[in-house]
Amino acid sequence: MSIPAVTRAGNRTGFIHRRRRGAELVLLLLSLAVGVGGYAAVGLGMEGEVPADIVGYGGWLAALVLACHVVIRRTAPYADPVLLPIVSALNGLGLAMIYRIDQANGGTLAAQQLTWMSVGVVLFVVVLIGLGDHRRLQSFTYTSGLAAIVLLLLPLVPGIGTEIRGARIWISVAGFSLQPGEIAKVLLVIAFAGYLVLHRDALALAGRRLLFIDLPRGRDLGPILGMWLISLGILVFQRDLGSSLLFFGLFLVMLYIATERPGWIVVGGVLFLAGAAMAYQLFGHVRTRVLVWLDPFDYDSGYQIIQAMYGMAWGGLVGRGWGLGDPMQTPVRESDFIVAALGEELGLTGIIAIILLYALMVERGLRAALVCRDAFGKLVASGLALVLALQVFVIIGGVTKLIPLTGLTTPFLSYGGSSLVANWVIVALLLRISDQARRPLPDFTAPDADEDATQVVRIR
Amino acid sequence: MNQPIRRMAVACVVLFLALLLNATYLQFWQADDLNTRADNKRVRDAEFSRERGAILVNGRSIAESRPTDNEYEYQRVYPQPHKYAPITGYYSYIYGRSGIEQTQNEILSGSDSRLFVNRVIDMLGNQQPAGGSVSLTIRPAAQNAAWDGLAALGGDAKGAVVALEPSTGKILAMATSPSYDPNRLASHDFRSVQRAWERLSDNPAKPTANRAAQELFPPGSTFKLITAAAALDNGYDPDSTVPGGYRLELPQTDRTLPNDGGGNCGGDRITLSRALQVSCNVSFGALGVELGPEVIAEQAEAFGFGERPMSDLPAVAASQFPTGEGNTDGPLIAYAAIGQQSVQTSPLQIAMVAAGIANGGTVMKPYLVDEVTSPDLEVLDKTEPEALRSDAMSPANARALTQMMVATVDSGTGTPAQIPGVAVAGKTGTAQRGDDQNPLAWFVSFAPANDPKVAVAVMIEDAGVARTDIAGGRLAAPIAKAVMEAVLR
Repeated sequence: MSIPAVTRAGNRTGFIHRRRRGAELVLLLLSLAVGVGGYAAVGLGMEGEVPADIVGYGGWLAALVLACHVVIRRTAPYADPVLLPIVSALNGLGLAMIYRIDQANGGTLAAQQLTWMSVGVVLFVVVLIGLGDHRRLQSFTYTSGLAAIVLLLLPLVPGIGTEIRGARIWISVAGFSLQPGEIAKVLLVIAFAGYLVLHRDALALAGRRLLFIDLPRGRDLGPILGMWLISLGILVFQRDLGSSLLFFGLFLVMLYIATERPGWIVVGGVLFLAGAAMAYQLFGHVRTRVLVWLDPFDYDSGYQIIQAMYGMAWGGLVGRGWGLGDPMQTPVRESDFIVAALGEELGLTGIIAIILLYALMVERGLRAALVCRDAFGKLVASGLALVLALQVFVIIGGVTKLIPLTGLTTPFLSYGGSSLVANWVIVALLLRISDQARRPLPDFTAPDADEDATQVVRIR
Repeated sequence: MNQPIRRMAVACVVLFLALLLNATYLQFWQADDLNTRADNKRVRDAEFSRERGAILVNGRSIAESRPTDNEYEYQRVYPQPHKYAPITGYYSYIYGRSGIEQTQNEILSGSDSRLFVNRVIDMLGNQQPAGGSVSLTIRPAAQNAAWDGLAALGGDAKGAVVALEPSTGKILAMATSPSYDPNRLASHDFRSVQRAWERLSDNPAKPTANRAAQELFPPGSTFKLITAAAALDNGYDPDSTVPGGYRLELPQTDRTLPNDGGGNCGGDRITLSRALQVSCNVSFGALGVELGPEVIAEQAEAFGFGERPMSDLPAVAASQFPTGEGNTDGPLIAYAAIGQQSVQTSPLQIAMVAAGIANGGTVMKPYLVDEVTSPDLEVLDKTEPEALRSDAMSPANARALTQMMVATVDSGTGTPAQIPGVAVAGKTGTAQRGDDQNPLAWFVSFAPANDPKVAVAVMIEDAGVARTDIAGGRLAAPIAKAVMEAVLR
């Protein structure tokens, strides 16, 4: 990665980020071509004709993302121009695949997913308009931390918590089912960032040196041990290996970024290994996951991953084509295994494109963190980008048998309202921070500097 | 905080790179492995609903795919099911494939690398890839004669016929009885397929067994051709005298080896030619004792014993001449030399022995697949005849043995195979299989003797006739004659 001029030499070099809103629009149109084109191709592949509602569908999809674009133009003109088109492309691909699965089994998930996407876009707009400066979030550190814990506990409350496929991570209220963990993800990033900004000095400086690594003091281990216990709790009580891994990993990398101390990674790594070893010994479902991963053909429960692998192998280099594969053989193809379904119909080529889109999204998020001028913003942006990276790695790695399979949604692709809405909020926050970071500083040397241009941080 | 962020950026690149490499491994390197796994329903479904290539005999299909209305789009049809079943095999959704359907599956299904260009063109033209077709070496007239001959034996008859072209190894006919209807296994009504399969598996006569190539039987007196060849190679000529008489005193035991039916072979010392003519057990048992197990085994291997002679059909049996304790030690070599004891051959192997003698001592590798063509009838591959053994016998010895076999048909046990105006070389065989089972009747022959065009082996396992009535000459020779006539006509 190149280091942006603005951080290397400050703003004195006169480097000013361009807005690039035109570029964003062009990329958005391309992403719409991917999403709407996929939708049309599903119809052509399965029925031999373009779906009848292509105009309505395409129009709605276009209206949603163009609305986002307009809002960005108005409220965050300096925001990163690549993020929204990536999200639009991924969301469009996911919708097309869910529609394809609907066509095969007569479901209506695509329509629901489009509704959830609309909700996501509304929240995206609300965040961008309502949150003029991300630093205001810092005052919600403990509120969001508490909210996250409540949300994580909700599925355990009898009556509203429901268990699906062995994991107790859902709540259902008034006919809607929600995965509160997805929303907790965003809140946790804010809570971690706020907490770490305040306590980073203590966590960063005190400690003793062992071999080549500065290890933290015992009394500073409190927070990481606390987070470790929470993660283990998620694993034990909700039987959700994926989220448990995600939250602990997230806390660990944010701690490392805040303190710049690799020692935390060592401590966290040891805790992770201890937790993993314990879980392997104590819990049958964890052990099964690992054994199935090592040799799926030896176990009945290897069926899912075997079907996913067969699907991807069947897709080969260029895929069977939209609607021409047989993803109905793969269980849970619309959510956890949507990447296998895409791999079957779009081939290795499509999978590489999807992984590269995610990589680009994560790196753009981290770039926003790099150029961001305040520590809280850096932590939030890098936390959000890394939580996406971890999630993508854990689920795609699991589906392609790189690592043991753990249930997580594939951001923007998988069917699932909570996840989709939460991820749209994540993107809105990243855009807000990148807008702040890339916006030129007011020129104090100008003779008639307008006082309004000075940056006043309003708390509340 | 920028340094850790940059490090995390690099770490993310590593993670995504790992995902990319793993996906490439899965979808490119590992894909072929996964696609050939037996429980991969996608591949099976796709293959089953694809237009599969035809199996052709002389330009007419004996297995073809016809369009249907159901979800699988194409139905495999076998127009002459029983006659060709041991060759085509079946193509079933539940029970897989056999025969040519199995060994030529890649061509027929269109996944062969030789069809790669066609596949790319089909893909660009948005068409389902079609399979190539396979042309067989079978001569329809010979196949008809073979199948009709077996069918004429009656309902319970079990037997097999193989005809080869001696100079090339082409299989001209291959029939087996009882046979089965592969259409019933290829049906899309899976419940009736299951019922048909269960009936076939429960049938003690094993209708799906290809007796011509995949099963082994005691060769009986037809093995005397191999013993005779070994004798010729070890200083004997057709006029050398060998022991005759009523019975052979066996070494290391007080048992004796009598002739079939207990007769005399025409004197205490008879010529080797005469011994073959009357199929004298005493003479060939004595030759076996004299030459010893190693010499006979070597001669048997020179004709192809001990290895699978061809790969155009799955699970072709390797004929056996086991030596050593319990097989050829002591008096047992006398029994082995006349094709009893532990000797086991397929009718195909016996036909190869005749073809090797007919071809001047060179045994050609038998084959069924003559040509494979792409869906647009371009020839992708044509099988070149290939010698399996070029020195099974010297040409002079092969000529001598041929004359002895001609004498057998002219004035010996093989007279039912005579064809007016054509010199036929032949040898009968009757193999004993214990008291509770009927003996096997064999006949092996080739014609014309001076310029052989066809070599035939006929084996009849059980014709439902009385034990004493079964003799190679009477039952099997007429079928061999009909097949030879069909080829020569």
